Parts: sequence; structure tokens; C-alpha cells
Amino acid sequence: MTKQTVDSRPAGPKPWYDPRIRSIFFQFIAIALVFWGGWTLIDNTLSNMESRGISTGFGFLKETAGFGIIMSLVPYDSTMTYGRTFVVGLMNTLLVSAMGIVTATIIGFIVGVARLSSNWLVAKLALVYIEVIRNIPLLLQIFFWYFAVLGSLPSPRQSVEVGGSFFLNNRGLYLPEPITQEGFGLVWGAVLAAIVAVLGLRAWAKKRQLATGRIFPTFKVGVAILVIVPAVAYLAAGAPLEWDLPALKGFNFGGGITIIPELAALWIALSLYTASFIAEIVRSGILSVSKGQTEAAKALGIPNSLTLRLVVIPQAMRVIIPPLTSQYLNLAKNSSLATAIGYPDLVAVFMGTTLNQTGQAVEVVAITMAVYLTISLSISLFMNIYNRAAAIKER
Amino acid sequence: MNNSKSIAVGAVMLCGLFSASVVSAATTLESVKEKGHLQCGVTSGLPGFSQPDDKGNWTGIDVDTCRAIAAAVFGDAQAVEFTPLTAKERLTALQSGEIDVLSRNTTWTLTRDASLGLNFTGTNYYDGQGFLINKELGVKDATELNGATICIQAGTTTELNLSDYFRSEGMEYEPIVFDTSEQTVQGFAAGRCDVLTSDRSQLAALRSKLNDPSSAEILPNTISKEPLGPVVRQGDDQWFNIVKWVLFAQINAEELGITSDNVEEMLKSDNPNIQRLLGTDGDMGAKLGLPDDFGQKVVKQVGNYGEMYDRNVGPDTPLGLDRGLNALWTEGGILYAPPLR
Repeated sequence: MTKQTVDSRPAGPKPWYDPRIRSIFFQFIAIALVFWGGWTLIDNTLSNMESRGISTGFGFLKETAGFGIIMSLVPYDSTMTYGRTFVVGLMNTLLVSAMGIVTATIIGFIVGVARLSSNWLVAKLALVYIEVIRNIPLLLQIFFWYFAVLGSLPSPRQSVEVGGSFFLNNRGLYLPEPITQEGFGLVWGAVLAAIVAVLGLRAWAKKRQLATGRIFPTFKVGVAILVIVPAVAYLAAGAPLEWDLPALKGFNFGGGITIIPELAALWIALSLYTASFIAEIVRSGILSVSKGQTEAAKALGIPNSLTLRLVVIPQAMRVIIPPLTSQYLNLAKNSSLATAIGYPDLVAVFMGTTLNQTGQAVEVVAITMAVYLTISLSISLFMNIYNRAAAIKER
Repeated sequence: MNNSKSIAVGAVMLCGLFSASVVSAATTLESVKEKGHLQCGVTSGLPGFSQPDDKGNWTGIDVDTCRAIAAAVFGDAQAVEFTPLTAKERLTALQSGEIDVLSRNTTWTLTRDASLGLNFTGTNYYDGQGFLINKELGVKDATELNGATICIQAGTTTELNLSDYFRSEGMEYEPIVFDTSEQTVQGFAAGRCDVLTSDRSQLAALRSKLNDPSSAEILPNTISKEPLGPVVRQGDDQWFNIVKWVLFAQINAEELGITSDNVEEMLKSDNPNIQRLLGTDGDMGAKLGLPDDFGQKVVKQVGNYGEMYDRNVGPDTPLGLDRGLNALWTEGGILYAPPLR
């Protein structure tokens, strides 16, 4: 039967009229054009650079950098290589981005919820915060936090002092640095044990609640375990911790931990700015949850705080996460404004001084772009995984 | 090498646009003549070196260096268009052919000369790095700066010099690197740093931007050699020679006592050196591919080196800089041009 039908039909269309073959043909042409374009750019650049006697390649990363950097999370001095300056800049960028993402999220959630508060004053304060902060350019805010706050702080010799161990002046905030002595491993072990114990407690409490309906105060007991167990271990090991106190030496303070004003200004500005956007995203997420859900929870006698935590927020997260990812990406990229106030991030250290000293513009710019792309894609990937976990499961 | 080259290929792909406009078969002189003007890269604003005034006219010693080249090529010192460049952009702008000559107080170093496809044609200002310090600190010499916090402007050779100096003196410091000179001064004024470092020619100008200039002073130490001069692309020897000899002509003119005021009288001079420079005798210009009277045009329209210096950075200007190293070799400086013959 089938065979008959096929036979009775006229021969298929000519290949160049066949939509399937056509689409493959045009896609092939498009890919070939893209590759040809890319190859031409590379070839043109390389041959031009060669004919002009401009050295290319990444050998410069092994040369001695020879310049100083004020803040570094990895050991660095000026006798190290340009490759090392790249690592220093990258770590500083990651540090301020990570700090910014954490605080922006916390402030953003608080302000977003406050914006919906039934308390008139709280709601209006949140509104004013959002509208003021998100409508002023970020660079101006960074300058404000840097120069306005810096100008009002005293010089190192007139530092604000707390108990002889905390100092605040226009060179930064100086804190005592804990230096672990022999035997501190015991404390780390206790911290680990406490975490395991709390996780176990949580699982047990949940199981019991499902079985009997009785609620165990997991949070309070958990915090108590996390504090008491390491504290006991610390005392048992004979308090194996010494403090390196900052002290005025010559022009500046030495010793201890220093939080430089550049980091503080950038961190505050990035956090507050991004938080104003996150607050609006949180508000939209919460409003997207149908009112019936809250009413149903109320009808069941669930208290307000639990309704928010167990009913509203989990459903709101589905709306919040995708735009939240964009804000995290913006924050990471905006951190490159650091260069304006002298915070040694990747753009300042690597695309600034290193580029200027080596003159290898093409390579340095390409590396920097690749790094920001990688950071952004990583954040995106992580948030997408989280989104998949939080999304509605269709069964 | 192979490996790093293949990474370079990937890198180049991202920035391949740099290459789009660069290929030019004609010599630089031909293309400049065809355009009808010289395209000159300068700073976006540095008192005494290159700065636009309120009417958009550029002035400064780097600007005059460009004007002298235009006077030599076209006989018209106004046939220049200026491209303001940041320190980061400047070398790429020259490499890519966006500008014909870079005159943007750029320090002559081996790396820049040898590995970037560029040639330095000479020195139009001998500078050196110094320190500006708050008087309150009571420091009188740079060797007392151990542990100081230092404000630096990014994009110069300054950072490396500073680090070298402190290392060789066995001292430590904390660098705060700002993007523009404006922010560097603000950081210094806000007390973020004890010291501001830059080329000495700049320190006076930066100090004048402080609310109370008398609160700061310049230390006597000079910690580096900064020969600043025009730069051209490598591989066009004719253009390299032109830019080089225009500056030499200005220096020789000062040495021979030719100024923009007396150049007409000097045309009647019997001195063969003056005759060659002004083109009344010999064919010096033709050897460079220029009109023979190029020296006359340069001196008439821009002046000799001394006039150029006094007008822009000399003692009677806001910068108020003495000739110092930039005096002629016959007057205690190191300015010495090969003979024009």
C-alpha cells in the first residue's frame, strides 16, 4: 500500500528546491563566512604586527614586573613577574566582587522586604533609598565614598583608637591580626565536628517533625553547638592564639590587618548600588506570589514569619533568580571602576601598569577580556544550576 | 614559542579590529601630503606640554614640536590635527597608523624603542622623576621616605622608577595608583598619601592645583632619567629622518642665534652654517624629501628650541622651569644637535 503511494507520486523536488538541503547549504555558508572572517582578522593582525616589528606572544608574563602593589592576597613584591601581577589583580577583583555580591544580596533582600512593609515609615524609607541610589551613576558614588569619607578621617598621627588595638585613619582601618600557634589544629577539628553535629541534628529534627509534628528549636541549639564546642576546644588547647597589634611606625601603621580605604569605598559603593536593584527584584518576586498562598497559610494558622520563609520566599525565588544573576554579573563587571580610585584590581594592575610597561596591548587586553568573560560565565553557570534546583518541578 | 603563539592567535581574534585600518603602501610623508595635514598624538591636557585653551587652540612644547614638523612639510605650522591620547592608548594609536607622529611626553626606553615597532627620534625635553611632599612631615630628602604612602598617576614609567629607587635604597613604600592626574592630586590633598611622585616638570603644575600650594614642597632628589621625545613608526626611514632633523634644526638654530624675529635678516648672512639651515645655500631639505627652506619655515613659524621652551615651560610661564639640562651644550646643558651639513 505504502509502496504504491510512493510510486504514484511525481519524483521529489530538485535538490535546490528542497527546503532541507537548502537550509543545510545556507547554514554551511554562514559558518564558512564566520570562520573566514575570524581567520582574516587573526592573519591580518599577526602579519601587520610582524611587518611592523612589534613583538607578540605571552613571553612577557615571565619577565620581572618591578613595580609595587599596595594590596595583595598572595605574596607579592616587585621582583616577581608580570604573570604574578596578573594573579594579584585577579585575586583583588574576585575579592571585591565576592564581598560585594554577599552584602548587596543581604541589603537588597532586607530593603526589598521593607519596601513591602505595612509600616508606612519603613516602606517609604526603603523607597527613598532605592530611588536615590539607583539613579545616581556608580562612578560618582564611588568617588563620594572615597573622597568625601576619606577627607573626614584623621591623619595617621591623630587616628581614632579603640582599646589600643583598633585604629581608623585616612590610610585605612587597622585591626589586630590573629596568629595561630601550635595546637590550633584542635580548634579547627572542633569547628568541623560542630558543623557535622548540627547537620545531623537538623536531619533528625526534620524527621521527627514529619513523624510527630513536634518542632525542635534547631536554629538556637545549632548556634549554641557552633559556639560552645570550638570555644571549649580553644580553652582545652591552652588558648593557642596570639594577636599581632597594629602600631604607628614612621609614616604609617605597621602590623595587623589593614583594610585600605580604596577597598572599603569600592565595596560600600558596589554593595549599596547593586542592592537597590536587587531590592526591586525581590519586591517583584514577592508580589508575583499569589495572595491566595498567604491567605491559605494564614487560614492554617501559620505565623507571619514562617509564612514568609516557607511559603512566599521559595515561590518568589523562581522569579527572583534570573534577574538576580544579571545583577551579580553587573557587580563583577562594575568592579573594574576600581581603577578610578586606585584600588589595585585586574584592570588597574594588569591592563594599566603591566600593559603600559610591556606595551603588549593586544595580549593584555585579550587576557583581561577572557578573565571577565570567565568570571561572568562562572557566576551565570552557578546561578543557572541554583535556578534549576529552585524552579517549579513539572511532573 | 609555538604554544604561546597559538594563544596569541586566540588573543588577536578578540582584538582583531585593531588591524582593520592599518595597511598603507605609501610612505608616511606621501600619505601626510595627500591628507594635507599632519595627524599628531598629544596628551589630553598637560600644562606646558600640550593643552587646549578655551578656544580649542593647542599649546605646549609637544604641540610646538608637531607644528614644527608641519611647518617643515607644508610650510604651514597650522596644518596639524591633534589626537588627544591617554598613556594607555598612545603607543597603539601610533602602531595602528591612526597618527603620523606621537609627541606626548613619552619616555625613551629600550623596550619601547626595540620591541614595539617604534623609533624615538630624539629628545625635546630632558626630565626626571621627583617628589612632592607635605611640608608638615618635615622631610627634607627622599632617603627619609621609608614606609611612606605614595600617590602615583598610572600609565607612566613612574611606577617602575619608584620601585627601583626604593629597592636600591633598601626602603619600603605603599603605592596608590590613580588613573588621572586630577585624582592623584585629590588623593594627595585628602591626605591619602604622604608623597606625590611624577616627572619634575609636572610637580610644579600639580602643586599649583592644591588649595594651599605653599603647604607642599618639591624634594631636591631626582630619581630617574626621563628623556621625553617624539616617536614614529619603525620601517619608514625617510619619515624618521624628517622628524629627527626638524628638532635638530631648531636646536642648531638656537645655537646659531637664529630666532623667529631675526630670521629675515639672517637670510643675508654669510655664515655657511646659517645659509644651509635656512636653505639659501645647499640642498639639505631635498636630502630629507622636504623643501630646501624647511629650516627657515620652522624657525619663522615656530621658533628655535629656546623660544619654544621659554614660551611653554620657561621661567616666565606658570610652570617656571629653568633650562637646566635642557640648555645648549655651550651653556651648561646637554642639548647637542649634530651639524646640519
